[in-house]
Order: sequence, then C-alpha cells, then structure tokens
Amino acid sequence: MTTTATSEVISLRGITKAFPGVIANDDVSLDILSGQVHCLLGENGAGKSTLISILAGMQQPDSGSVSIGGSVVDISSPKVAVDLGIGVVHQHSTLVPAFTVLENLMLGESGVMLDKKRATERLGELADLLGVEIDPHALTADLGLGQQQQVEIAKAMWKGSRLLVLDEPTSMLTPQAIEHLGESIERVKERGLAVVLITHKLREAYAMGDCVTILRAGRNVGHISVEELAAYSEQQAQDAILAAMFGDDLAAGGGADAVSDLEEAAELAGATAATREIPAIDFDSRPVRLELRDVSSKGGGRDIEAEGVSLTVREGEILGIAGIDGHGQGALSELVAGQRSASSGTVLFDGDDITRTGVRSRQQLGVRYVTDDRLHEGTVGSMSVALNLVIKRIGQAPFWRFGRIQPKAVDTEAVRLIDEYGIRTPSPATRAGTLSGGNIQKILLARELTNGARLVVVNKPTYGLDLKTVHLVRELLIDFAAGGGSVLLLSTDLDELIELSHRIEVISRGRLVGGVVNDGVGTAEKVGHYMTGAIEGTD
Amino acid sequence: MTIPNETTTAQRFATGFVRSVVPVLLALIVAGLIMLAMGSSPLDFFAGVWKYGITGTNWQRSLSLMAPLVIVAVGLIVAFRGQLWNLGYNGQYLLGAVVASGLGPILYGVMPAFLATIVVFIVAVLVGAVWSLIPAILKARYGTNEIITSLVMSFIAVGVVNLLIKGVFKDPGTSTPQTAVISDDDLLPYIPGTEIHIGFIIAIVLAVVAQYVLSRTSFGLRVDIFGASPKAARHVGLNSTWMVILLFALSSGLIALAGSVDILGQFAYQRADWDPRYGDAVMPLVFLARFRPVAAIPFVAFYAVLATGGTLAAQQAGLNVDFLLVIVGLILLFMTVTEYIGERRRLGQSYLPPGLRRTVLQPFRKATERTSA
Repeated sequence: MTTTATSEVISLRGITKAFPGVIANDDVSLDILSGQVHCLLGENGAGKSTLISILAGMQQPDSGSVSIGGSVVDISSPKVAVDLGIGVVHQHSTLVPAFTVLENLMLGESGVMLDKKRATERLGELADLLGVEIDPHALTADLGLGQQQQVEIAKAMWKGSRLLVLDEPTSMLTPQAIEHLGESIERVKERGLAVVLITHKLREAYAMGDCVTILRAGRNVGHISVEELAAYSEQQAQDAILAAMFGDDLAAGGGADAVSDLEEAAELAGATAATREIPAIDFDSRPVRLELRDVSSKGGGRDIEAEGVSLTVREGEILGIAGIDGHGQGALSELVAGQRSASSGTVLFDGDDITRTGVRSRQQLGVRYVTDDRLHEGTVGSMSVALNLVIKRIGQAPFWRFGRIQPKAVDTEAVRLIDEYGIRTPSPATRAGTLSGGNIQKILLARELTNGARLVVVNKPTYGLDLKTVHLVRELLIDFAAGGGSVLLLSTDLDELIELSHRIEVISRGRLVGGVVNDGVGTAEKVGHYMTGAIEGTD
Repeated sequence: MTIPNETTTAQRFATGFVRSVVPVLLALIVAGLIMLAMGSSPLDFFAGVWKYGITGTNWQRSLSLMAPLVIVAVGLIVAFRGQLWNLGYNGQYLLGAVVASGLGPILYGVMPAFLATIVVFIVAVLVGAVWSLIPAILKARYGTNEIITSLVMSFIAVGVVNLLIKGVFKDPGTSTPQTAVISDDDLLPYIPGTEIHIGFIIAIVLAVVAQYVLSRTSFGLRVDIFGASPKAARHVGLNSTWMVILLFALSSGLIALAGSVDILGQFAYQRADWDPRYGDAVMPLVFLARFRPVAAIPFVAFYAVLATGGTLAAQQAGLNVDFLLVIVGLILLFMTVTEYIGERRRLGQSYLPPGLRRTVLQPFRKATERTSA
C-alpha cells in the first residue's frame, strides 16, 4: 500500500475483532488518505460494519491498532472518535424526529448554554460545503430521507471532520437522491477530507470511489489503488472486484459454469442495472387470487397503518410493493396474513371474504407470511429447528395425537424440509437461534411455501442475507410463482423488485400512491418518481 | 457463520446442576459468615436444621410443609413459563385458605367429609382464578404491567381475607379473631403409617402432571412460544388475550388450592393477620428449577427442611426466625451472579464484565501497543 507524505493518512493495522463464534475482522489493514473516497465493498457479514464501529469508537479491537498521521490512537469511546474528527453516518437515521435540524446538530454540544448563533453559522458553512439548503428550524420528521441524510452528514462533520464514514448511504434513497449524494461527496472530498464509503453495490463503488478495498469473511481480500482504478475500464474494474469478492467460489465453478456464475455474481453484486428476470404472464387469463378493496388496518402499536389500500394479486403473479422502510409495509403484510384486523374494507381470497378470518384459518386456506422479523417473530430462537418447521401446525396430525407431540413424525418432516431447502444445521434438534440469518430465512420459506401454500406475503425477504442465499431466496420465489403461487413482495430494495415483480405498487405513509407495470426499461425511474413525489413533496 | 453449539445431554445436565446448586451453596456459606459476624455459631445452626428438620420423625413435618410449597411452585411455574409474572401469590394463597377455613366448618356439618373436601378444593380454585381476572384482563387488553396489578390485588385479597375472618367466618366460641377449628376426622387423611397428610401426594401428582403437560403437549408448546416471544405467538396464530387469562387463572387457582390444602391438611383453622408468605420463598426456587415442575421438588424439599428445622435452630442459635428469609435472599442474589457468569461462559466470553476487564487489562494493553506500533 502506498502512503504519500503530503496528505494525512489514517492507518488501520492488523485489526482483529471476534464475537462469539464469528471472527468479524481478521487481521485487516488499510490506509485511508485524505482527499480520497475509499470504498469498502463486501457482502453482508463481511465485516464492514464492525470495522467502522471500531473507527467510531463503538467497539474496541481485540488486537491491532489505528494510527492517525503516524501516531497510534486509542479510540476508546464515540466521544474520542468525534474529538479526533471521525464522523460516521449510520445506515439508519440517528436523528431525533421531534427535534429541529439545529437541535439535532447541537445534541453533542458539551457547553452549558446553547450557542444557537454559532451553531447556525456552522450549519451555513456545512450547507455551503455540501451544496445543499437546509432549513435549521425545520422539524427533522418533516424532511425527506435524502435531506435527513444531508443533516446526518452535517452532524458527522459538525466538529470539523477529518474522516467521514458513510455506511450504506444509498440503501434508502431514490435514484434521484443518490445523484445528490454523489455531488455532496465530491465537494467534501475536494475540501481534503477522507471519505469511507461502504456499499455492497459494485456500480456505486466504481462510480463514486477513488480506490476500493474488498472484504470477505472478515479479511481484506483485495485492494484496487487509485492509479489502478483510474486506469481500468468499468468492465476491468468489475472483474477485478468480483474476483476478489467471490474468489474461490467462482473459480470452483469451472468450465462453462464459470461464465454464468460470473454473470450471476455480477448481477447479485449490483454491477449492472437490474432487469426483470421473471417470465411475463397474461394478466387477463389469470384468476384473481387476492383482492383488497379499500382496506384500512387497525393495530395496537404506533407504527404506520395501511389506509384505504386496494390491490389485486393474480394466480402466478408477483406483485411488488416498493417504498421506504416503515411506510406501512408491516401493517399491509400483517393485514393479509390475518395478524392485524381491518377497520374497514374487504379482503377477498379466491373470491371468498376472509376479512374476519383468523391467522390459523388463513394459514390452512393457503395464505402464508414470511415476516421481515425472522429472528423474533418468524422463529422462536430457543426452540429446535424441527419445532420451528412445524410451529404453524401445532396440534395437527400427524405431529400431534391427542394433544401429545409425536417426536418421530416431527423429525421426519423436519429432515425432509431441511434436505429440500438445504438448511445448514448440525441436526434438527439444534436451536434455531444459533443458525445464521440465511438458514433461518430458509426455515421460514420451507415452512411457508409448502403444504398447500397458494399466496405468500414476503416482507424484505433478502434483507441482511449473504449473496448466495439472496440468490436462492429469489429463485424460490420465482419457482413458487411459476408453479401457480401468488406472491405479494414487499421490499425496500428496488433492484430486487424490478428483478422479481410483474407489477410494482408504491406505498407511502400507508397508502398506495401509484403503480407501474414492470415491462421494460425505465421502471426504476418511474417507481423512483412516485416515491419522490410522495415523500419529498414537490421536489 | 454458526458455531456448533451442540452439547450432550450429560453436559447440559451437568451445567444445569452446577448452575442450580452453586448459588445455594454460596448462599449457605455467606449466611454462615453473617452468623459469625452476628456472634452466633453457624455450625450450631446447621446442626439444628439437620436435627429438627430431618432426624426422628421431623422429616415427616418437612414433607407436610412441602405440600403447599410444591403446589405454589407449580402455580408460579405455569405463569412464569408464559413470561407472566404473577406476584399476587400471597393474596391468592390466603383466599384459598380462607375458603377452606371459612367454608369448611359449614360444609363438613352438612355433607360427607370426602365430598366437602372436593367442594372446598373446587371453590378455592375458582376463587383464585376469578381473583386473577382483573390483572389478566388489564394485561391482555391494555398491556398493563401484571407485576403491579397482581401485587395490588394481593394486598386487597389479604385485607378481604382478614375482614372475612374477623366477620362472617369468625368462630363465635373464641374471643380471638379466628375461624372455627375443623375436627381431626374431617381433615385430609394421613398417608398410612406416617403423619404426612395426602396433600403431599396431591402436590407431587400435580407437579408430575404439570411437567408432562408443559413439556409434551401442544398446549405446553403454545405456552412456551407465548413465553419466548408474544410476536411469534401472534405470528403462529395464538390468541394472546385468551392465553394471558388462562395462564393467570391456572396459576392463581393452583396457588389458592395450595392454601386450602394447607388448612385442611395442617392447620385446621385460620387466624386473622396470618400470612406464611410461602410464595416469597418459593419464587427463587422455581427460577433455580428453570421453571420445570419436577425439578422444583428437590429445591422445595431443601427449603422445607431448612424452614422446618430452621425455626427451632434459629432460636437456639440466638437468631431471629426471619433469618431464613436472609438465606432465601442470598440464594436469589447468588443465582443472578451465577446466571450472568454462566451465560457469558456459554457464549465463550470472559467471566469478567467488559468494562472491568478493560480496566484490569489496561496497563498491559498499553505496553503491547507501544511495542507493536
């Protein structure tokens, strides 16, 4: 690795951090130079987040050191990190919605009195620097997500940053907002700050980054220096990154498979714009399986309710629901699954009114639900894999007879599903909570897609999974639809929706605000347009 | 990225045993130290516990005491398995007791003892169950914290019971506020050849049945799912309102049954302001037993011996009888510590809390960093 004498360098040397059962970072070394955008690439679980939480002072490494400009620093707390000028923008908003922009920015102030005048000036400076306009007195809750993120960046740079870390900054943004973000990053870079950009989308790394470091299974497996990246064509860069990201996996394919594997990997890593992968269906010839007529939901909680939702899903159709996280997706899926009651409207399944039907009856009719909270709602972590696989059929033969559990029948069924869905578990008796996220998701799919499933609601099915499992999950959903099943797919990942859906509806604040038939180019922009229109108001 | 977390049954059993017995031993040791500090001899005390709790026919008194304790334990376990913290046990117990001591003398006059006993038991269970409806419904409908509501209902129950004993159930034959004494012939019969009443057998049977139901049936699995995660329970399609009410009713009904068994087997009458507070002592024990009814039996037996022998032994050692509760409190304390350490060990972490470890290792860490930099 190269270091230049003129610009300051933040060096990580031999960082190792282990959690029970997982080595999140294994001897990771890298240099972050000022005036550069350093991209950290790697799939979920590669150790990107651990590395930045070490930089942010939220975790301490088991071994290894961080040095700034040659002298070793001990980032023992987030406060130390801030004092050193390391600002982190986390993936999920850390702003207090009920506070104004200015109040949010001043949260970290240590003085006794609030110096609003100075704070306003500082915000002005930063807004200039970022090239955005931020109203200091606007309530954070009223801002669009793109603007909220700008406020987060301003907050990270509040104390005069040396290093700005952006953790998956594009994951919640519309295509339009991503462009704005790119411009802001350029300006920050010109000011001589170092920027670390974390992403799992290859094309963003190429577009925004000056150099790229690839992490896999906690190790630094590849680095593309500034000179190399500048010299590469987009295709060359892509190949180099993919080779590092998937290394052995791709090589192991061998022969003709290798080509298709490489393409597949490229697609999963978001190297190219997404295209639809599912064969078209003739809507008119397919009977309607699920119909919602002006349905509003009513739950006890504080999350956003579905309001006046009307939609139809036909046999063999995948209907995608796009939207920013927390805009009523949970309410809509629970409404269809029967976990949340409807305050008005009608839910029809195969033409029958099931508005008042409970979860278990819907389950038997073939309405299934793969929840996004797979750890606490979808499975019971303290119970065995086998029990989790039959948990929705409690009391039913052949698993229970006269109320008494039949361990043999449960085991047989579990072994069958474990084989069929390739769930990697030491045994059916292993506690489900000890499995990886991907294998837990396979438990959910094995349970929900079998035994007479006719309609499955899937909420964020690939969130937080490794790329192989992502691919598998998508294949399973495509196969399910091809076999005549209907899918209501709720996702925040636009690429995923475009790959899988026949049609895409956009949800915002619990209402469906527009629909797009996914039949060619421009779907992403159209969906983005609906999302922007609904969320950012006029702009 | 999973760890092979499989352990053999023997290993699991061993850890469970260690984690359950260690707190008890530590509590006894520290209690001994406290006795030393207070100028009493711990050896005398523990010898006294042995003498008055086990030797001669004293073991029979200990087993008789176990009857209500085991039933209370089962009642608590039923609720705790569903993560419902029914702390209204004192009131529920006294309600059951007053049904026996108040209704008993009347019923035994008009019907055969066998039938009257059955009626008393059924009424006791019903009264306990009905009394728990208020905390249960508040919890199910509005999410009110059941710890507070059940505790408050317990205070009310204690008051109501005292009013009944001083009022309608008062024995006109005596001046002290107490109920009429039930004649020996009407009390629960002894197990042949002993002086242990059959309440002991009822308690053991209840524990075994509860163990079977909770671990082998679909109902038990539903309770466990509900306890592990109400969200998962909703996802699976369980009716959580019904579950809360049912578990609370079962728990409270069982504890009330313990009260009636205790009166009909042991005391034969009830005085006002009498409150043995069995639940306070049993609660840490059911945690030690990891909410398994059968596993609770040895712990309850241990406590029964301690309580039976300890009362006299404490007096001889010059201690207050309340010292027994000190020991129970210490068990609770050490249990928390053992759990914490055991959990960290299971996760493969250091025994020390992270903050403490950092502080302790600080000087050494600095040195190594300097050399590496």
